[in-house]
Amino acid sequence: MSAVTTSHPRVGRSGAPRSGSPRSRAIREPLVSRTSAMLIMAVFTVYFLLPLWWLLVASSKSTGDILTTNPLWFADMRLFSNIGDLFAYRDGIFLRWLGNSLLYAGLGGAVATLLAAMAGYALAKYRFPGREIIFDVVLGGVLVPATALALPLFLIFSQVQLTNTFWAVFLPSLVSPFGVYLARIFAASSVPDELLEASRLDGAGEIRTFFTVSLRLMSPALVTMFLFQFVAIWNNFFLPLIMLRSEELFPVVFGLYGWNNQLNQIPELRGLVLIGALLSVIPLIVIFLLLQRFWRNGLGTGALK
Amino acid sequence: MTTTAPAPTGTKRASATGAARPRRRPRVLHKGSIAILLAPFGILFALFYVLPIIFAIGQSLLVVRREGTFGKAELVFGGLSQYALVFQNEAFWASMLRMLAFGVVQVPIMLGLALLFALLLDSPLLKGKRFFRLAFFVPYAVPGVIAAIMWGSLFSPNLSPFTALTEKVDFLGADLVLWSIANVVTWVYVGYNMLIIYSSLLSIPSEIYEAARLDGAGQFRIAWSIKIPLVRPAIVMTAIFSIIGTLQLLAEPQVFRSFSSAVTSTFTPNMTVYATASIPNSNLAAAFSVVLAVTTFVLSFGFMKWMQKKGNA
Repeated sequence: MSAVTTSHPRVGRSGAPRSGSPRSRAIREPLVSRTSAMLIMAVFTVYFLLPLWWLLVASSKSTGDILTTNPLWFADMRLFSNIGDLFAYRDGIFLRWLGNSLLYAGLGGAVATLLAAMAGYALAKYRFPGREIIFDVVLGGVLVPATALALPLFLIFSQVQLTNTFWAVFLPSLVSPFGVYLARIFAASSVPDELLEASRLDGAGEIRTFFTVSLRLMSPALVTMFLFQFVAIWNNFFLPLIMLRSEELFPVVFGLYGWNNQLNQIPELRGLVLIGALLSVIPLIVIFLLLQRFWRNGLGTGALK
Repeated sequence: MTTTAPAPTGTKRASATGAARPRRRPRVLHKGSIAILLAPFGILFALFYVLPIIFAIGQSLLVVRREGTFGKAELVFGGLSQYALVFQNEAFWASMLRMLAFGVVQVPIMLGLALLFALLLDSPLLKGKRFFRLAFFVPYAVPGVIAAIMWGSLFSPNLSPFTALTEKVDFLGADLVLWSIANVVTWVYVGYNMLIIYSSLLSIPSEIYEAARLDGAGQFRIAWSIKIPLVRPAIVMTAIFSIIGTLQLLAEPQVFRSFSSAVTSTFTPNMTVYATASIPNSNLAAAFSVVLAVTTFVLSFGFMKWMQKKGNA
């Protein structure tokens, strides 16, 4: 995988100083170039944001208004009563789904990140026979994606009678081979060997050093790893589809999929699907705003080394 | 990988030097610690990555045999007979070809746009970069299912804000629905790929451009001759992930089935796996899964090697 190891985009940014102020250069760029660049970006901003705007507007309407009023502008403002209806529907099953997703993605993402960090760190910082083989096998795991494994996982879980349980969706999402790959690259570049030697001279054990010193140095990468694993679990579709039958175990995205499929029989669900879709996206957008902040911190940390 | 105690072979050396806290690195120090660090991931990886693959291969070699018409069903070794069925299954290969067409068209468009946006963000031509970066990236936070529900509604004639367009063009008909799905995937992932390439551009020290700028090279020339070659590894990585993603396509077309009758239950390879498993015919479904996993691995690995070779040439 040496084609991709040379520069890792997400964690490997060294935050190199960029000399020359952009402003002074901008003056020299021809007006035509600047205008066409802005025009391209403006057109695509509409493309990327319009569907979300439509979703927001549609979520604020009554089911009747969705079909009859201007789709891109508000009619009767019903956003909060729609949210109330959604939370009340079938004894608050939607809130249950939201909670399930937070548990699957929040706890699963955190554990997956820690385990990947430990493994990546061991592969980066210690020399031992079989190290390269282990790393290659893990990289093979990156190339054989989880969805190709959903059916075999189902077959295994049915052998031990664990399908249609919390564990059937939770346990497989604890494994993040790509996380190990990122952790190895980041540990190699951000945890200096001298620091580990110093820690050893102080008499600290290897594991303790990992948790007290190394993990902190790797934290920008850990946040990034966590957030991408969080999103992967939150968006996971095949595993719930094949594993889960009981509604009370569904993650929110899968629950909404079920409602969307029932629209032909129960048309009044349309409003709930839309407001539910909006609410299921908001936690992710919030968490990505956090990602932006951490990313900038990560940049700063990288620049110090 | 589960042993935490040092293996006997290494103890001789480790105990000889261990007490003196060696500054130089003997062969294998800290065996126990290495095992503790690797074991949790290793065990789960073995259980939920390696074992499923082995299990799927095992299951795919079995067939159901019945004694007479009403006899008890029994699983027996059937050799490669499930694979013979896979290779005869026209719907499966039609779905593979569909994904090939999808990948050949959608991946270059998506990565081309991502590269263009990343270069524009990295150039001095734009104002409001932070806004654009965020606005383009936001769709990545939208789960595939939700994105498909949104775009499915936007494409369907009775809900769409663009009725003038959706009345004329049947985005959900048999001819176009694949490309409507391609649009959903593009919408979600352009910003993500843009950020990967953009981060890679940021790590290029700008002194590299100075000489070119002094020679009078314009932004386009700098982008083409300097920046693109330098971010090639990032582009290759996004391409590999896109190839994998294309072959695994499931959520978006599955949701589109509620908007369009043109999306069959075997529209993509993973949908075929799911439909076959629901029959239930898990042995055939396992064979489909194995073929799909192997194809994905061969294509992504092959692409990687091909790019490395081209890069070295």
